Amino acid sequence: MRRAPALLVLALLLVPLDAGAAEKRSGYADASPQTRAMQDDDSINPGFLWVTQGEALWQAREAGAARSCADCHGEARQSMRGVAARYPAYDASLGRPLTLEQRVGECRRQHQGAPAWPPESDEILAMTAFIGLQSRGMPLSVAVEGPVRPFLEAGRALYQTRMGQLDLAFAQCHDRLAGERLAGSVIPQGHPNGYPLYRLEWQSLGSLRRRIRGCLVGVRAEPFAADAPELVDLELYLAARAAGLPVETPAVRP
Amino acid sequence: MARVLMNVPAKARKGDIVELKILISHPMESGFRHDATGQPIPRHIIREFVCTWNDEEVVRVDLFPAISANPLLSFHALAEESGTIVMSWTDDRGERQSEGAAISVE
Repeated sequence: MRRAPALLVLALLLVPLDAGAAEKRSGYADASPQTRAMQDDDSINPGFLWVTQGEALWQAREAGAARSCADCHGEARQSMRGVAARYPAYDASLGRPLTLEQRVGECRRQHQGAPAWPPESDEILAMTAFIGLQSRGMPLSVAVEGPVRPFLEAGRALYQTRMGQLDLAFAQCHDRLAGERLAGSVIPQGHPNGYPLYRLEWQSLGSLRRRIRGCLVGVRAEPFAADAPELVDLELYLAARAAGLPVETPAVRP
Repeated sequence: MARVLMNVPAKARKGDIVELKILISHPMESGFRHDATGQPIPRHIIREFVCTWNDEEVVRVDLFPAISANPLLSFHALAEESGTIVMSWTDDRGERQSEGAAISVE
């Protein structure tokens, strides 16, 4: 009985701490009902324009290429199930983590004898959207232990580093101020669970890198080059931070 | 060829009102924007859209600038007979494209 007040004080102390760590909230929850309706109905979700293209690319044997994706991986519905939820993932032969886009590029180089598709091209967006769709509804679960750890920590450090003329870190907006407003828009927690996603502002499908570039330009920082290793570290940390949220690819966001 | 998602029910009962939908991948460039060098970007939009059911016109649409890229068109029609629904459209570069789907009406 004498311990009860102490426990009560402890509980009261824990409440604000918990509120600070806040529940994970997908950007879906902050989108308008109209935007959510677009994402919910596959027949009107514009992301599916890319998904159908990706499905065709999966089967296609390009001129000069030894084999198609399907020749090795078979039916994507089974072989690619859960794959997108695990990326970025560590590649032992390269000694560094790869994003799903980079994995597809490596696969094309090593096994198909074809060049990697350029970043943000319709082909790479289509393929990653198609692969991502096979994991829809599954929780994000990147590996965070083992050789990938230093890259994850580098990503975490980057996430907390102030950048640009506005001298802002990702953490300031997306951890501390998430749920508040920037002009008229709600600041989301910045979870990468729907990429590649269709952004109404872009009027196109786009990758997580494109989104990060937008944020960096927004704080007036020099954006990373498209193939910068820092971006992989950051994507890895973001995926680990969002662990447990369901994959929504291809999501629709304002 | 633009990518297209056409959504037409495969079956309907006679007298039903069915929803016909199509999502067309198109830049719908308004003609009011300029590129990085200051040159105006020429207008490139879908101008005209027609949907027919067994060659009978269901809907005809004139489109104008300020319609977003990748437009979604959705409308309703009265199911009277089985056959083919054809949607076709023309854009500013004179490109014509058609998509068809079969529907059976019982």
